[in-house]
Amino acid sequence: MTDALERALRAALPSDPAPPFDTEAAGAASLIDVAYVEHATPVGTLLLAATPRGLVRVAYADEDGSIEASLSALARSVSPRVIAAPRRLDAARRELDEYFTGARDRFEVPLDWRLTHGFGRRVLRSTARIPYGSVSSYGQVATAAGSPRGSRAAGNALGANPLPIVVPCHRVLHSGGGLGGYTGGVERKLTLLAIERGAERYR
Amino acid sequence: MPRGRVSSGVDLPPFQALLDAQGPGVYRFLIATVGPGDAEDCYQETWLAALRAYPRLRDASNLRAWILTVAQRKAIDHFRARARRAIPLAELPETPGPAVQDDGIPEIWTHVRALPAKQRTAITLRTVADLAYADIARIMGTSEEAARRNVHEALKRLRTELPA
Repeated sequence: MTDALERALRAALPSDPAPPFDTEAAGAASLIDVAYVEHATPVGTLLLAATPRGLVRVAYADEDGSIEASLSALARSVSPRVIAAPRRLDAARRELDEYFTGARDRFEVPLDWRLTHGFGRRVLRSTARIPYGSVSSYGQVATAAGSPRGSRAAGNALGANPLPIVVPCHRVLHSGGGLGGYTGGVERKLTLLAIERGAERYR
Repeated sequence: MPRGRVSSGVDLPPFQALLDAQGPGVYRFLIATVGPGDAEDCYQETWLAALRAYPRLRDASNLRAWILTVAQRKAIDHFRARARRAIPLAELPETPGPAVQDDGIPEIWTHVRALPAKQRTAITLRTVADLAYADIARIMGTSEEAARRNVHEALKRLRTELPA
């Protein structure tokens, strides 16, 4: 029953692109629970996401299969109010850029630890204190987290680090000198260690 | 946690995904309903209201119909506000301007915008948003039969007003 009039109505509108959503207004109304941006780095594109409390997630683009998958996980675990709002990540982006050029040896942006829990959180907090350019072992971070025999559990917690690079789980190696695993793959772990001290000594 | 997890147990996609998928359709709907001059304001208000309500949404099965419901309410608010703002003139201006300003969209839509509200909304949802009658009924809070009738009446009226 589509006649000429209906066809005219369907065809008659200009297809102007929709204007960008005003994220400033949304932010001013405290309606952005998770702001995010995609950021290019020497270890590939990173998803950076922040709540009003601080940086809540750093994800390698392929970590959950795709950035979309990482965003869906944030929608489930934090809030579905997930919005691309790059300016809210400006400080984190700047610090990461400086880190990758060797100009920064610690991160100062506030962190939101809500995606970590219990023993895992303690492991990650003690990992956050490992100085730039030095390394620790799974046993040492487990001990620092209050469980000297929990090196396997510590390994699991580090593998689930929601804030890689910023919480430097790449600085945790096997006590025998082996590289151990890494959220983003061992190649990236080597790259990060190389940036901090030179890769040769860990090969 | 102050805000965050106020959701209703429904697996809602990230709001940005909804914005990316439905933004163009919502904008077209608003251009058709309120006109290009006011579409952008209504567009921002629509998404802001949607973002406010989003975590409490209980049914994620038809997000397109939901966001168009919000847009339709914003369009109604817009028409009400405009009616309140309209100031009756003591005297008619000497040379009346055109009935509707030339806003760059085809004349047929000035006729659509002059339709009674229900007909206007129904025909716009049908042709611009390409929705099924069941969705139009849901958005407008009417029966499917009433949605069908509103579209039919709108087309009938437009046919008498427009040259064949």
